[in-house]
Amino acid sequence: MNVIKTEGLTRVFTGRPNRKDRFRRPRHVAVDRLDLIVEAGESVGYIGANGAGKSTTIKMLVGILVPTSGAVTTVGLHPLKQRRALARRIGVVFGQRSQLWWDLPVRESFSILAAIHSLPAADERTRTAELVEMLEMGEFLSTPVRQLSLGQRMRAEVAAALLHRPELVILDEPTIGLDVLSKQRLREFLVAQRREHGTTLLLTTHDMGDVERLCDRILVVDHGSLAFDGTLDGLARTVGARRELVVDLATASGDLVDLDGAEHVRSESDGLRQRLAFDPQRTTAARVLAAVSERVEVLDLSITEPDIEDVVREIYRATRR
Amino acid sequence: MRPRPSPARNPYWRFLVAGIRGQSAYPLATLAGLVANATFGLLKGGIMGAAVASSGGELAGYTAATMAAFVWLGQGMLGSVNLSGRSDLQTRIKSGDVAVDFLRPVSVQAAHILTDVGKGLFALLPRGLPSVVIGVLVSGMALPPDAAAYALGLASLVIGITVSHATMYALATSGFWLVETRGVSVLYMALSGFFTGLFTPIYLFPDWLLTLALLTPFPSMMQFPIDVLSGQVSGAAAWQHLGVQLVWLAVVLAVGHLTTRAGRRRLEVQGG
Repeated sequence: MNVIKTEGLTRVFTGRPNRKDRFRRPRHVAVDRLDLIVEAGESVGYIGANGAGKSTTIKMLVGILVPTSGAVTTVGLHPLKQRRALARRIGVVFGQRSQLWWDLPVRESFSILAAIHSLPAADERTRTAELVEMLEMGEFLSTPVRQLSLGQRMRAEVAAALLHRPELVILDEPTIGLDVLSKQRLREFLVAQRREHGTTLLLTTHDMGDVERLCDRILVVDHGSLAFDGTLDGLARTVGARRELVVDLATASGDLVDLDGAEHVRSESDGLRQRLAFDPQRTTAARVLAAVSERVEVLDLSITEPDIEDVVREIYRATRR
Repeated sequence: MRPRPSPARNPYWRFLVAGIRGQSAYPLATLAGLVANATFGLLKGGIMGAAVASSGGELAGYTAATMAAFVWLGQGMLGSVNLSGRSDLQTRIKSGDVAVDFLRPVSVQAAHILTDVGKGLFALLPRGLPSVVIGVLVSGMALPPDAAAYALGLASLVIGITVSHATMYALATSGFWLVETRGVSVLYMALSGFFTGLFTPIYLFPDWLLTLALLTPFPSMMQFPIDVLSGQVSGAAAWQHLGVQLVWLAVVLAVGHLTTRAGRRRLEVQGG
C-alpha cells in the first residue's frame, strides 16, 4: 500500500509587492511538481538545505498547508478534506513545536491524548507503560511540561505522537538540539517501534547520524524537487560520504601520505595536527589509527562525520551540473 | 450491557478539565487578580453608589443594594469572562503552533473554547466567590431572592462565560488572514468594556447606545448574567435573557466554525 503518494505536488508562496515593482507579487516556488511514493514500512530520510522545501512538503502531507496544484494522499486519505480521519492514523512531531500541555504533568498530557484518540483505558495503560519504559520517562512523568529539559521534552513529544500507534510517523527535526546520548536513545526507540509495529517513518533532519541509523531510503530535495532518491549506500557512492580522522601528534611530522585506506587531507600547526579522510565502507577508524601509530606517536584524536550540509551540497553540485 | 463511558474518556471533557487544571497552576497570579478585583470593586462601588444616592435612591431601575450587586458580581466575573481581547489562539496562529491543534482528530474550535471556559470556571472559585463575599460584607449587596434565581443565574453565568470565549475564538480566527491581530484585540477590549457592563450597567446608556449594545453579543457575557443573578430580572424576563444568550452563543459558534473552515485553507505556518 502507498502510505504517501504525491503527484505533481506544488506549492507557490506569493509575497507582498515590493517598492521597486508595485504591480508584481514576488513568487517563491517552495515545492515544485513533486512526485513521490512511499510504501508501507519504509523508513525515509527527507533531507535538503534550509528552504529547500522539506517542511512545506510535510505540511501538505498532513493537511496543514493547501497545495497550489497537484495531488496528495496520505495513508490513502485526502489530508485537507479528511483531517480528523488522517489525524487518527498518523503521528507528527515538529521538533520546534509542542503538542503537550505546558502547565500539566507529562502523564496528564498522555492521558488527554489517549482520550483524544479514543484509546480504551486498558490499552492506554499498557501503551503508556511501554513508552515510559522504552523512552525512560519514569523520572519526569509527574513534572509539568514547562519544567522539562529539552531532551526530556523531545522524548515526551515523540511518545505523544506515537501513543495511538500511528501507521505513519512524520518527524520534523526530531533530534535538533539533543546531546549524543539523547539522540541515541531516541533513535533506538524509533528502530524498535518500526520493528515491532511496522511503522512507516518519514523524517527530516540535519543530522547525518539520524539518516545513517534510521533510514533505508533517502530523498534529497533541492529547490522543491527531488535531487536524489535512493539508499544510503547509493548516496555514499554518489557523493563519497567520507569521514575524517583528525590526529594530534607528539612531535611535528611530515604529511602522512600513502596510508592504507586513508587519504591525507591537510596538515596544521607544522604537521602537529593532520586530517585524514577514509571511506567507512572500506576500512575502519581503528585500522587507519593503527596505520598512523606505526609511524608516529598519536596524543589525541577525533573523528568528524560528514555534515549533512556537505552531502547535500555535493548532491546539488552533481545534479545541477 | 456496555459500561457507560466515563467522562475521562471524552476528549472535550478533558479539554475543559485541562483548562481548569492549567489555571490552578498559577495561584499567585490568581491572588493578584483578586486583589485588583477587590480594589477596583471598592472604587466602582463608591462611584456607582454615589450615583444612585444622588438621583434619589434609584437610578435606571437600580437601588443601592442592586447596584452593589451589579458592581460585585461584575468584579467576580472579571477573571472568568474574556474582556482583554487576547487569547491563546491568537498567539498560536501567529507562531504557527496552531498546526499542532489541527493535527488532532477533534474540533479545533471546541478544544479551544472548552479550555478557555475551563479556565474561566476555575477562576470563579478563587476570584469570583471572594469578590461576592467582599461585596456582601462591605456593601450589603442584593442576593438572588430564591433557589430558582440561583439556578437560573448560574446557568446564565456559565452561558455568559461560554459566549465570551466563543466570541473571542471567532475574532481570533481573523488571524488566519491578518496574522497580527493586536488591533482586533484593542477593538474588542474597547467595546467589551462598555457593552458587557464592565464600567456601568448598559441600562444607563442613552437609548441609541443601548440599542447598539444589544445588537452585540457583549451584554450576554456579563450584564445579563448579573441581571439574573442579582434578581434584577426574574421569571419570564430572566428566561428571556437566557434565550437571548443562547441565540448569541449559537451565532458566535457558527461564525467561528465558518471562519475556522475558511481560515484553515489560508494558514501558512512559517518555518519547521
